[in-house]
Amino acid sequence: MKSHKTILILGVCALCVLMASPFIGVTPLSLEGILSPCGDSVSSLVFWRIRVPRTLTAFLAGGGLALGGMAFQALFRNPLATPFTLGVSGGAAFGAALYIRLGLVFALLGISGMTWFAFAGAALITLVVYGLTRSRGGFATPVLLLAGVALSFFLSSMILALQYSASLHDSFQLVRWLMGGLGMVGYNAVFTLLPLVLSAALILALLIQELNLLALGEELAMSRGLNASYIRKLIFFVVSMLVGGIVSVCGPIGFVGMMAPHICRLLVGPDHRRLFPAAFLFGGMFLTLCDVPARVLFAPAEIPVGVITAMIGGPFFLYLLFRRDARHLFQ
Amino acid sequence: MTSPAYEIKDLSIVLDGQTIVKELSFSLEAGQSMAIIGPNGAGKSTLLKAMLRLIPIASGSIQLFGKALQRYDHKYLARAAAYVPQSAAVNLPFTVGEFVLMGRYAYLSAFSNFTALDYEAAEKAMVQADVLSLSERSLFSLSGGERQKVYLAAAIAQEPRVLLLDEATAFLDYKHQVDILNLTESLQRETRLSVVAVTHDLNQRILHYNRVLALKQGQIVYWGAPEGLLDTALLEDIYETPFRFLEDPQWGGIHIVPQGSVHEEP
Repeated sequence: MKSHKTILILGVCALCVLMASPFIGVTPLSLEGILSPCGDSVSSLVFWRIRVPRTLTAFLAGGGLALGGMAFQALFRNPLATPFTLGVSGGAAFGAALYIRLGLVFALLGISGMTWFAFAGAALITLVVYGLTRSRGGFATPVLLLAGVALSFFLSSMILALQYSASLHDSFQLVRWLMGGLGMVGYNAVFTLLPLVLSAALILALLIQELNLLALGEELAMSRGLNASYIRKLIFFVVSMLVGGIVSVCGPIGFVGMMAPHICRLLVGPDHRRLFPAAFLFGGMFLTLCDVPARVLFAPAEIPVGVITAMIGGPFFLYLLFRRDARHLFQ
Repeated sequence: MTSPAYEIKDLSIVLDGQTIVKELSFSLEAGQSMAIIGPNGAGKSTLLKAMLRLIPIASGSIQLFGKALQRYDHKYLARAAAYVPQSAAVNLPFTVGEFVLMGRYAYLSAFSNFTALDYEAAEKAMVQADVLSLSERSLFSLSGGERQKVYLAAAIAQEPRVLLLDEATAFLDYKHQVDILNLTESLQRETRLSVVAVTHDLNQRILHYNRVLALKQGQIVYWGAPEGLLDTALLEDIYETPFRFLEDPQWGGIHIVPQGSVHEEP
């Protein structure tokens, strides 16, 4: 099977990117530093304490965002509908910004308060989006996307308001975080993301047939025996949890969730049995790759990775919008 | 005694505050076929969707094989009743094989994958609908007629006891119309499948159905044997245009023709 080979190639590429990424950076590394994971030379610290966890975080976040995007694209049957474009990431960002602004510091069940706030924000916006679509008796996509734009605007002004009222220090921290970055992570980020991304991925993996059916459209899916309203709620919940967690760690990184699954659909087809692994690998690889120029290009300063993904993703969004067969996106 | 396929009592359907179907009652014996006819906007497709629980009902009851429709588990409902929708040019990215296999979802236990049995059933359905040669093609590359046969194959793969078709032959060329009608008729004969078909074309073997339900503004105008339709006053009442009947000199059948049609003699 051709598509199985494609997934295998993606897997090998992802592994190469994962292995290579920690070696790329501004600080030159000595071999002995790299070979001593627990050493305290600069090389060892930079390699094992900064670059390795950062690479892992980027990969997990990218893979998770790609899966979230894939699930929303199936749910709304539209490649433009992702947690980012529908304002769910914005909701998570607002939640996390509120946490920073309030100066709260707490953790619950081993998960930081910021993650809980981000999750609550994501869940709230998800509920709003869900309510909007339901009140219209279906998923009218143009309305939905415009509602997403409106929500995002609203949330970013709310965040601006938070920022304006914050102290200089808090304000800088907010801006930096909002641009989406992997700069301040350590192993803490990895340990926050790992259980979250894995459990969300596991649930979505169990829903592969359901995702396929959702792509057929609601009536056909229901007539095939799908409990559509239950599955839809479950996916909304899982994705807002996933996106909330990722946003709380990395900031609202846009467009990965849109591009990765869409490109993978061209590579391995729409069947989620193949799309699922492909999107995860591609998304992880993509964000890891985007993070390399982010930390190297203007060294010693760093560009937030969200800026890089947006620079690639914005034009890609326009391409989807303006290509010849784009009309079906709005049916 | 077996319970009827459908037993509908005082059914009303309200969508967006508008009553689409009003106090409708009928029952269809298992293994029998019925056509639902009527002018545009009479509520035919709405009734069909309610019979599949795709839309909520306002009042009354629908029983499927003796059990209230609302009490069916989703997958069990799909095993009892399958849907062939109107062939709109939907942009479905799947291949024919993948799409037909999805008809087996109702037999999938939670968190498992399709088994050899499912692949067999899908293949058998594709053979029956004569679309096996298309199985690697993607759905949107098909012609309207081919796509409709694929929809039918997916419904057959579902192995239902009732098949509900919404104008399955509209906009198709003659060969595909005949293929689809032949297939549903032979399924009904051989497997005691019940068939409920919404149709626009009165000449499309309407006399082959066991029952005909004529709707107008959501209410029953006629319910009974199809021969009863051969009544100009009744047809004029349903469609608000005069009809006449032409006897086919070669086959002996009867054609139902609206009088304003081009075949009108001077």
